[in-house]
Amino acid sequence: MSHDALAKETAVAAAAKRQEPATRPVPFRGGGFRHRPHGAVSLLAFLAVIAFWEIGCRTGIINSIALASPSQAFGAIMDLVHTGMLWKHLGLSLYRLIAGWTLGTLLGIGVGVMIGLFSLVRAGLMPLVSALFPIPKIALLPLFIVWFGIGEGSKVATILFGTFFPTVIATYSGIDNVDRNLIRMGQSFGLAWLSIVRKIIIPGALPAILSGFRISASIAIVLLVAAEMIGAQYGIGAYILTAGALFAIDKLIAGVAILSVIGLVIAWLIGRAEKHFLDWRT
Amino acid sequence: MELIVDNIGHDYAETEVLRDISFTVKRGEIVSIIGPSGCGKSTLLRFIGGLERPDSGRVLAVGDPPAGSLNPLTYIFQDFALLPWRTVEGNVSLVLEDHGIGASEARAIIADVLRRTKLADFGKALPRQLSGGMKQRVAIARALSVRPAVMLMDEPLSALDGQTRELLMDDLIELWMRERFSACYVTHNLAEAVRLGHKVIVLSRRPGRIRETVEIDIPLNERAERIVELDRVQHQIWSIVREEARQADMELTRVA
Repeated sequence: MSHDALAKETAVAAAAKRQEPATRPVPFRGGGFRHRPHGAVSLLAFLAVIAFWEIGCRTGIINSIALASPSQAFGAIMDLVHTGMLWKHLGLSLYRLIAGWTLGTLLGIGVGVMIGLFSLVRAGLMPLVSALFPIPKIALLPLFIVWFGIGEGSKVATILFGTFFPTVIATYSGIDNVDRNLIRMGQSFGLAWLSIVRKIIIPGALPAILSGFRISASIAIVLLVAAEMIGAQYGIGAYILTAGALFAIDKLIAGVAILSVIGLVIAWLIGRAEKHFLDWRT
Repeated sequence: MELIVDNIGHDYAETEVLRDISFTVKRGEIVSIIGPSGCGKSTLLRFIGGLERPDSGRVLAVGDPPAGSLNPLTYIFQDFALLPWRTVEGNVSLVLEDHGIGASEARAIIADVLRRTKLADFGKALPRQLSGGMKQRVAIARALSVRPAVMLMDEPLSALDGQTRELLMDDLIELWMRERFSACYVTHNLAEAVRLGHKVIVLSRRPGRIRETVEIDIPLNERAERIVELDRVQHQIWSIVREEARQADMELTRVA
């Protein structure tokens, strides 16, 4: 007989003896549907995937033509380090990424603020933004090559345009969502127009602008690789393309792993920026 | 400085919200404005402070604001309107920054108003760390820092719970005893209106018109004790408001 059944029976028996209604605790029903932190699990899952992959390659379950093992990919990265080519590829890629993203973001914030503040600018530029935003910017690369040359200019321009539009949209919608009561408060205390913009509107739009950064940064990486695959001698994208053409799967995976690390570092940096600038949020 | 509200009327699109509103806010006087929801009392307050323009009528200021007043007509908002990214000190400092006040003088003003609102220990706290009552005290401190001639209070206690409301009402009375500020106090809460107002202006339902003006002679600091007399005034006003409030309520349900 189970413990529960036994307990019930004793309770029932006791109740019968005292001629009273049975007394029992109210069952708990509020559990579940809530996430708890499991710090070590994420690392373990990651290591497990790598380990299965490595074992699969070594035992021949995974065909070596289809996929290189993690250790081979790591070897390819070490080759890159030893030959010094890592810095050449990575340096050029980071230069294009940083230059394109920074320029695109700065221009995007500038135009976004103008659209957010001046209805004339909004009326003039909104249709243009709506028309140009959905174009995959990589389709414009040939045009950029004609305009800015086959060198760095065309690649930076592609990333610039790709990050510009999402930043514009994030910025002006951030400004649109600033609490009108705060602006009214600023006016009621006689604050100068520029003070209201600088001290109320821009900080109020900052959360939206920073989450726009996340989107524009991932767009920038996609465009970087695409642009480098189309017309570059060096750079992570070019390295991956060459590796693919030579069927060097280990190098290909090494290149992809480097991209993943770039993406993770950028996400971490933006997370730090959010912590620093938005610590006032709950 | 006195304020004269002269024959204000206003329409929003097709609906007339306010009609023929005229009254005076004398120096050191708190005028409570009370009325059913949707009678345009908050709109009226925005006209008085120059945040919106009425279709007809005008608001006149008589005489000069007191010397050193940085912002003669100063609002206190229902939702506090604090910048969440600025500390308590920073929120007060915000309204001083455009007036060319030296850093040390600004610090002195901030310390002074925070002390007067019992916030001296919370200068470095962010708004999210504060209770509702404290947030509104920060807003009051901010308003005091610009030395207003008239405070325009738009349901300042409506977002607070009952106990905090009582405490803050006591604070406001204490403050008035010391500073003798003038104020327009818009509320839908009868108890607040009669506790704080030297006169209570009762607005009708839409279009808002002055139904009646009730003068209350009991000094502000004695009102907590002379609760029976105050209760009589409150009942008198309630008998005026009740029918208006009921009809305003029916009106809304019929529209919806």
